[in-house]
Amino acid sequence: MKTQIRHLIAACAMVLPLASFANEGGPALDKAPINIQDTESLQRGAQIFTNYCLSCHSAVSMRYNRLMDIGLTEQQIKDNLLPDGGKIGDQMKVSMAAGDAKAWLGAPPPDLSVVARSRGADWLYTYLRGFYRDDTRPTGWNNLVFDKVGMPHVFWQWQGDQVLETVKGAHGEEEHVLKLVKAGTLTKLENGKASTVEYDRRMADLTNYLVFMGEPAQVKRNQIGYVVLMFLGLLLLPLAYFLKKEYWKDIH
Amino acid sequence: MSKGRSLLNWIDERFPLSSSLKSHVTEYYAPKNFNFWYFFGSLALLVLVMQIVTGIFLTMNYKPDASLLPGSNVSVAFASVEYIMRDVGGGWIIRYMHSTGASMFFVVVYLHMFRGLIYGSYKQPRELVWIFGMLIFLCLMAEAFLGYLLPWGQMSFWGAQVIVNLFSSIPVIGPDLSVFIRGDFVVSDATLNRFFALHVIAVPLVLLGLVVAHLVALHEVGSNNPDGVEIKKNKDPVTHLPKDGIPFHPYYTVKDVLGVAVFLIVFSLIVFFLPDMGGYFLEANNFIPADPLKTPPHIAPVWYFTPFYAILRAVPSFAGTQVWGVLAMGAAVVVIAFLPWLDRSPIKSVRYRGPKFKFMLVLFIIAFIGLGMLGALPTTNVRTIVSQILSVVYFAFFLGMPFYTKNDVGSVPVPDRVTESTTKMKINFAIMVALVVAGAYLFATII
Repeated sequence: MKTQIRHLIAACAMVLPLASFANEGGPALDKAPINIQDTESLQRGAQIFTNYCLSCHSAVSMRYNRLMDIGLTEQQIKDNLLPDGGKIGDQMKVSMAAGDAKAWLGAPPPDLSVVARSRGADWLYTYLRGFYRDDTRPTGWNNLVFDKVGMPHVFWQWQGDQVLETVKGAHGEEEHVLKLVKAGTLTKLENGKASTVEYDRRMADLTNYLVFMGEPAQVKRNQIGYVVLMFLGLLLLPLAYFLKKEYWKDIH
Repeated sequence: MSKGRSLLNWIDERFPLSSSLKSHVTEYYAPKNFNFWYFFGSLALLVLVMQIVTGIFLTMNYKPDASLLPGSNVSVAFASVEYIMRDVGGGWIIRYMHSTGASMFFVVVYLHMFRGLIYGSYKQPRELVWIFGMLIFLCLMAEAFLGYLLPWGQMSFWGAQVIVNLFSSIPVIGPDLSVFIRGDFVVSDATLNRFFALHVIAVPLVLLGLVVAHLVALHEVGSNNPDGVEIKKNKDPVTHLPKDGIPFHPYYTVKDVLGVAVFLIVFSLIVFFLPDMGGYFLEANNFIPADPLKTPPHIAPVWYFTPFYAILRAVPSFAGTQVWGVLAMGAAVVVIAFLPWLDRSPIKSVRYRGPKFKFMLVLFIIAFIGLGMLGALPTTNVRTIVSQILSVVYFAFFLGMPFYTKNDVGSVPVPDRVTESTTKMKINFAIMVALVVAGAYLFATII
């Protein structure tokens, strides 16, 4: 009986990695190579975000001075990232008028303050690299993970042109893959072989920044967490344990 | 007489301070054989206090306002939660404590209720303790549902929409009733404001009163224990104190502090390292501001409602109305309150019960956890059939109870005095827990 149970547990442990609720259906997502402690990457991401994304998207919950958390000084933020006439404590508001956005793109672009928390880093990283040419769309662009997306490909000059190709997979099933057909300033195309390292790195920086912006306190949260756990595990728990043992030694 | 003592006397002549402390703490005699399962009552009290204190600080900065910030599609309410997370000093920790506390409240209360189930704590003379407990559970569900609307994200909005719409399936009064609950024809600013009022004052007031009643009733009859033996039946002839009882203070106060320490470690691991718990404590879609024009493809309730939600979805519509699912869901909760009268066995603890009860208990555990997992997933044909089977098992456990508990006696007779858990029991317990966890993973893989 005992060995049977042991076998059962072992069998369950083996199937454990297969158990997954997340992401049912939809294309596979690429793992975002991000590191929330890498302040240089976050700063590069912040630069891309303020220069490109903020033209159409807002991030109303984020204030410019919070960028000091990723190692920027007040002067650097004022000189490079703040719009003209802006104050350091301002929220990241959108430059485009809401009515224009709706007229031009069909829907107002969503606020991006917590987009990393609803979509997840992997989705964002795949999305930012997933635009392809599609003549049936009003913008001329579509996206692998967001079909019929209203947003045009903002970084097309960097990435170049991709097309969606349908190929047969290993087991004969149809798979959709993206293929680079025209190189951009950050990608290379030599003898049909695409090199996208530089563009991917930029998008990783941007994803990294979006994850930071989703919860600016997260690095501090972990730091405080270690201190709290040390207090609880090394002080309160042993103290409570020995106190209980001392009081209960006469109870039989 | 010292100054302190004379002050105490002065108070005691006007207010029953010493006598209350005696009867409820220092001279409240509890059985000495409480095990692991008996931590969850005091832990529930701890979480309740934590929710109230963090809740007070959250209300200082939260704004129940569904209007949109100028030039954006973010509401004031949604933005005020992010304001707490970013601009309020220590706000993120208070908010995460509150959101984690909500889920941990249910973890602790489900384990507390399960303890009552396996040791027969609902049985005579503790029926009212159980009834008050069930009312607390109902309040808790209401509190969680109302509070979940406040962040005004997509899941807040559509979850409330789905649940309030359930009321509209009630014949005749349904449609008017749902408008009355919402205060509008759709979930709107009016709904948000009234849910806020109910969440921060109305339900907590009732909840606190019920907790007091739960404890007063418990201290009147005394605590049950893992053996289901009444310690009051074995009193010392000289002192008239139960031979198997020990004063709650200091013995169980120091023991509960140990439980609190372990609980706080688990709690802190979540708050500081995994606050959204992989989307089960804070759903990813609730970080999208509420949009009344965009229905999410998959609306899932938070994990603690999923067993009952699965029962709701398992019942097909019949005679042109979907009210049957709603009734089944309501019955699934209410039937638990009738346990004291459904159980006809004279034996309280599962330790001395017969094989029929143990078999049904295992089926019940499978059904409850299975339904919980199914309720979190989108439906498929197979899942619906499995939910239907498990729903039948769930109700069979309760409604069959008068029959299978009637003549169901274990091989070991109930002892006269309480016993300590043996090493064999502890090993069996560990195996059971491992089996439940492994089984749950296996189920998740297959389904």
